[in-house]
Amino acid sequence: MSAMHLQDIHGTLEKMPIRKGFGRGLVQAGKDNQNVVAACADLTESTQMHLFRDEFPDRYVEIGIAEQNLVTVGSGMAAMGKIPFVSSYAAFSPGRNWEQIRTTICLNQQPVKIVGSHAGISVGPDGATHQMLEDIALMRVLPGMVVIAPGDSIEAEKATRALAADTKRPGYLRLAREATPILTTDKTPFEIGKAYVYAHGADITVITTGTMTYHALMAAEQLFKEGIDLEVVHVPTIKPLDAATIVQSVQKTKRVITAEEAQIAGGLGGAVAELLGEECPVPMKRIGMRDRFGESGKPDELMEKFGLTAKHIALAAHEMMS
Amino acid sequence: MTHKLSIEELELKAVDIRKDIIKMLEHAGSGHSAGPLGLTDIFTALYFDVLKFNPKKPDWDQRDILLLSNGHCVPVQYAAMAHAGYFEAKELMTLRQYGSRLQGHPERTKLPGLENTSGPLGCGLSQACGMSLAMRMNNDLHRWIYVVMGDGEINEGNVWEAAMLANKYRLNNITAIIDRNNIQIDGPTEDVMPLEDLKHKWEAFGWHVIDIDGNNIESVIDALTMSRAIVEKPVMIIAHTIPGKGVDFMEFDFHWHGAPPNKEQAKKALKELRTLQGKIRSEHE
Repeated sequence: MSAMHLQDIHGTLEKMPIRKGFGRGLVQAGKDNQNVVAACADLTESTQMHLFRDEFPDRYVEIGIAEQNLVTVGSGMAAMGKIPFVSSYAAFSPGRNWEQIRTTICLNQQPVKIVGSHAGISVGPDGATHQMLEDIALMRVLPGMVVIAPGDSIEAEKATRALAADTKRPGYLRLAREATPILTTDKTPFEIGKAYVYAHGADITVITTGTMTYHALMAAEQLFKEGIDLEVVHVPTIKPLDAATIVQSVQKTKRVITAEEAQIAGGLGGAVAELLGEECPVPMKRIGMRDRFGESGKPDELMEKFGLTAKHIALAAHEMMS
Repeated sequence: MTHKLSIEELELKAVDIRKDIIKMLEHAGSGHSAGPLGLTDIFTALYFDVLKFNPKKPDWDQRDILLLSNGHCVPVQYAAMAHAGYFEAKELMTLRQYGSRLQGHPERTKLPGLENTSGPLGCGLSQACGMSLAMRMNNDLHRWIYVVMGDGEINEGNVWEAAMLANKYRLNNITAIIDRNNIQIDGPTEDVMPLEDLKHKWEAFGWHVIDIDGNNIESVIDALTMSRAIVEKPVMIIAHTIPGKGVDFMEFDFHWHGAPPNKEQAKKALKELRTLQGKIRSEHE
């Protein structure tokens, strides 16, 4: 674990919304490269883009509540050499404007970075309309699109800067609303396309993305005492998927569990099943939303109800070992 | 270009482009006839009088931008580009074929000189807004952006989102042209989804609107030139055109929106174009 420079999860971890790391990262990216520009659809503070707007008012465009325009304006800016970050809630972008992303950004090969905040069930009280669960699937099927779901605010900052430096490809950055434990440190490695083994183990590989990595590490702690040895592989980049790291781990453990705060159909679970089905078929369980929508409630209540906690990962592991 | 063509020369150029459109579509066996023929005078004006470009250096950083938003009309753009020197005319006959750079709907990454990838409607004006904003950020204030759109296309909500944004930021280096030919796939535009009062709609959205005969090259050039003098607003040119213009049996008939001519029809159309609809006798007959 030490090579990953993670925080000690036995202690009390500081919590911060993942989107805040994006806000900081974008300002930094703006300082690094003057071609980084931003546009938002009337959710500047929610998506933390206000930090960039205040720092670089001349490089910021307020689009209003118009997500189709948001991404197509982004396409136009990119055509003139800019690296546009365009943000809204994930339910609206890429929820509403998928075809515009497909045609004017992906097929047109423009390096627009789509930032979907408030993704996942942990959005909470706003309810099913605003709990975006299908975004990973929607973005993952688009040729050339990079898909990243950071695990905490520090990783989100690194991912934002990495996306800004990735000047040829479009990208999707998935952000959660709620305060999330900060697992990583400034020294923890992050590179687009890389998965990281956050905990070494011999029995089951648990593959996670976004907010679920913390839950998997907690499950690994608990299960170690119960005699089950989990290997936790954190996959911030869902596309391109780090096949080598995943396959190498699964070849060792021969069992796999995936966990994500999204529909497993087409999500991380889908991506890993596709990979392992071809490369290394092993018994598999997928934790995530199973073909249904969320509902209103406190984030913790909803994570519990829909089976997205350390406890549920532990339960799946026990079933797998019995 | 070394010298400007006269209006008469431009009209003859338009005839040549129309002939190429007929040949391309007949050879391809699929594609749209009415729109490209109706837009030919506008594209002739753009490529042979108005646009600043260099066919040998398609990515020249001071070029004007032309965005074809209604991508299904791309045969007219391909034909105009070939005449303007972007590529050889014989390549036009590869339209819609396997391995061709001339895709059924335009793809920027396939053919140098195209500025966008389009087909799904309603996106060109937004892309123009993004380009205009980026040019402003770059302090690049002397380039112009022209967007050609269909009239049926503006059924799309995306268009009106862009209309509002262009007004908000006073994107005055955008000149948009609506091909007002009154047809779309399911029939006359006013039956499918009424657009009128089109002029006042755009004016209400903060645009300067110019109404013209889109099949009169002189009017087109005048309007495009005038649009550059309107500094306080983006400009919308409502170009009234005849769908299928130049081919008698195609004119005004919405059935030709999405259909190509067969061999016989193409022969007839070419004869008509050669003789300017019977007005002159062709020396090749």
